[in-house]
Amino acid sequence: MANKTYIQSFCTIEENQIKVNGKILFEKEQSLFSDFSKSVYQHFNIDYPKFFKMDNLSKLAFLATELLLEKTENEEQENNTALVFSNKSSSLDTDTKYQSSITDKGSYYPSPAVFVYTLPNICLGEISIRHQLKSENSFFVFAQFNPLFMMNYANILLEKNKATSVLCGWVEYFDEEYKTLLYLVGAEGELEHSEESIKKLYK
Amino acid sequence: MTKEVFITQTNCITPIGFDVATNMKNIDGGVSGIQLHQNTGLMKESFYASQIDDENLNTAFAKVTAATGFSRLEKMMILALDPIIKKANLVLDDRTAFVLSTTKGNITALQNSAIEDNTNAYLHQFAQNIADYFKFKTEPIVISNACVSGVLAISVAKRLIESGMYDDVFIVAGDEISEFVLSGFNSFQAMSNLPCKPYSKNRTGVTLGEAAAAVLVSSNKEGVKVKIIGDGSINDANHISGPSRTGEGLFRSIKSALIEANIEAAAIDYISAHGTATPFNDEMEAIAFNRLQLEKAPVNSLKGYYGHTLGASGLLETVIGIQSVLENKLLATMGFDELGVSQDINVIKENGTKNSRYFLKTASGFGGCNTAVLFEKIN
Repeated sequence: MANKTYIQSFCTIEENQIKVNGKILFEKEQSLFSDFSKSVYQHFNIDYPKFFKMDNLSKLAFLATELLLEKTENEEQENNTALVFSNKSSSLDTDTKYQSSITDKGSYYPSPAVFVYTLPNICLGEISIRHQLKSENSFFVFAQFNPLFMMNYANILLEKNKATSVLCGWVEYFDEEYKTLLYLVGAEGELEHSEESIKKLYK
Repeated sequence: MTKEVFITQTNCITPIGFDVATNMKNIDGGVSGIQLHQNTGLMKESFYASQIDDENLNTAFAKVTAATGFSRLEKMMILALDPIIKKANLVLDDRTAFVLSTTKGNITALQNSAIEDNTNAYLHQFAQNIADYFKFKTEPIVISNACVSGVLAISVAKRLIESGMYDDVFIVAGDEISEFVLSGFNSFQAMSNLPCKPYSKNRTGVTLGEAAAAVLVSSNKEGVKVKIIGDGSINDANHISGPSRTGEGLFRSIKSALIEANIEAAAIDYISAHGTATPFNDEMEAIAFNRLQLEKAPVNSLKGYYGHTLGASGLLETVIGIQSVLENKLLATMGFDELGVSQDINVIKENGTKNSRYFLKTASGFGGCNTAVLFEKIN
C-alpha cells in the first residue's frame, strides 16, 4: 500500500442507540425497529418522504449514512465517495416477507414495491440517490464482519483513483435484530485505517 | 506498478451445454435454451424460460461425485467449477480466494421450511457448502449486487489480486429459475410473452433463464485467455428499479475502465452488452454507447440464447465473449430483428468473423448499478 489511509468518521446503530464518532447522539427505550427508525428520522429533522417506502435494511443504512455524509442539496455538486457495504443476512428480511406473499395461493399477492427490495444492493441505490453519489458501489455477504477484506477493498479503490473517499462497513438486519457500523475512509485524518482500528470500532 | 491480472480458465453450465465448446457449437447453430414451459409449481400461466433439465443435471453431477445433499443450484455451480479447479491444479491455500456471485442463491429453501430450520437460504452458508466441497481454505466472498453481480465479480477478483491479498481467485456465478423470481419479474410486468428480442422494435421484456459459470482469475500468466485491463462499477444515483434515462452510470463505468486501461473508446473491437430486451434497459444502453461514440462497435446480447440468468449473466456472457474473441468470431444477437432503440448501435445480426483485440463487457441492474470490464486478447 503506497499511501496511508485514515478513518475520518464512523457511526454505529444497534439496540436502539446511535453513536457517531463514539458519542451517543440518540437512544430510545426498548422498541420495535419501525418505531425506533421513525424516532431517529424525526429527532434529526430528516425531510425525505421516500424513507417511509424503504425496507428495514435500507432504512438502517440510510440513517447511518445520513449522520456521516454532508447533505448534497445541489444535484450538480459531485462527490466521488464509493460505497462498500456488507452483511450476513443479505436481503432475507424482505425475502421472507415476499415469499409469504406468494406461498399461500389463497392470498397470493406479489408486490413489485416489495420485490425490488429483495436485493441487498438496493440500499446502496437509495443512498446514491439521496447523496447524488455517481460512484463505485458493491455489496458483499460474509458469515461475519470481515475487517481485513473491507480494508483491502477500500484501499485499492483509493489507490487506483476509483474514489476519493470510501464509505464502508456492515449493515445487518433480520427480523428486529440489527447492527450497523459505517465508517468513512480517505487520504487524510487522524485515526489510522487498519484492521485493528476497524475491529475496535465494530466491537 | 499495479500487478497484471489474467483470466486463465473458463467454464459454464447452461441449458445448451455443460461446457464452453458445446455452448459455442449450439450458439453457432442458432440453438437457444429458451422454451415454452407449463409448470404451475412455478407460475400459473405458461411462460418462456431457459431452464436446465433436471435429469441431465443429475446425470452429469453423478459422474463427478457420489456426494449427496446438494441443492439444484449448488450442483450447477459445483459442475461449473469442478473442471477448472482440476485443470488449474493449484494448492488451495490462503493465497487462493473463492468468490461467489448470485442474486438469490438458494432462495427456494424458503418455500419449504422456515429460515430458522434451514440456513441454506443464507448466501454465506450457500457459498460455504460449495467451498467445503472443494476444500477452499479461505472464507468465501459473496457478491450480491443484482444483475451486475457476475461481471462485478471479475472486477472484484482483479482488485483483490492488485491489492496483494491473493494470487488466484476462483469465481463461480449462478442463479436458478424459481417461483420467487418469476412472480417478481411478472409483478413488474417486465416479462416478455415471447422469447426475448434484445434491441428490437417489438421487444416487450425479459425472458428469465438459469445457468452457472466459472473462471479462474490469476496473477500468473500461464495459459492466459485474456488480460483484464480496466473496470468500473458506478451507480446511476437516479432510480432503484429503472435505469437512468441518460445512461449516466453505465457511461461513467465504461469511462472509468477506459481511463484505467489507457485506451480510447474507438479501440474497442466488440461489446458484449446486457441487452435484457426491456424497453428501458436497451434504450439506456444505446444512449450510453452513443455518448462514448461506440455506435459503430459490433455489439451483441446473448439473452436470446440464455434468457436473463441474473447473477450468472455477467460471468456467463464474459465466458462466451472471451471464447468468441479467441476464435475470432462475432456471435449473432438471437431474437433481434429491426432496431428499436432511438440511437444507432451496431447490433450483430448474423454470426461473422473478426479479429478482436479489445473486448468490453457491460451489465446494469436494479439499484441503479452498472459494471463495465475491459479485456485484451494477448497472443
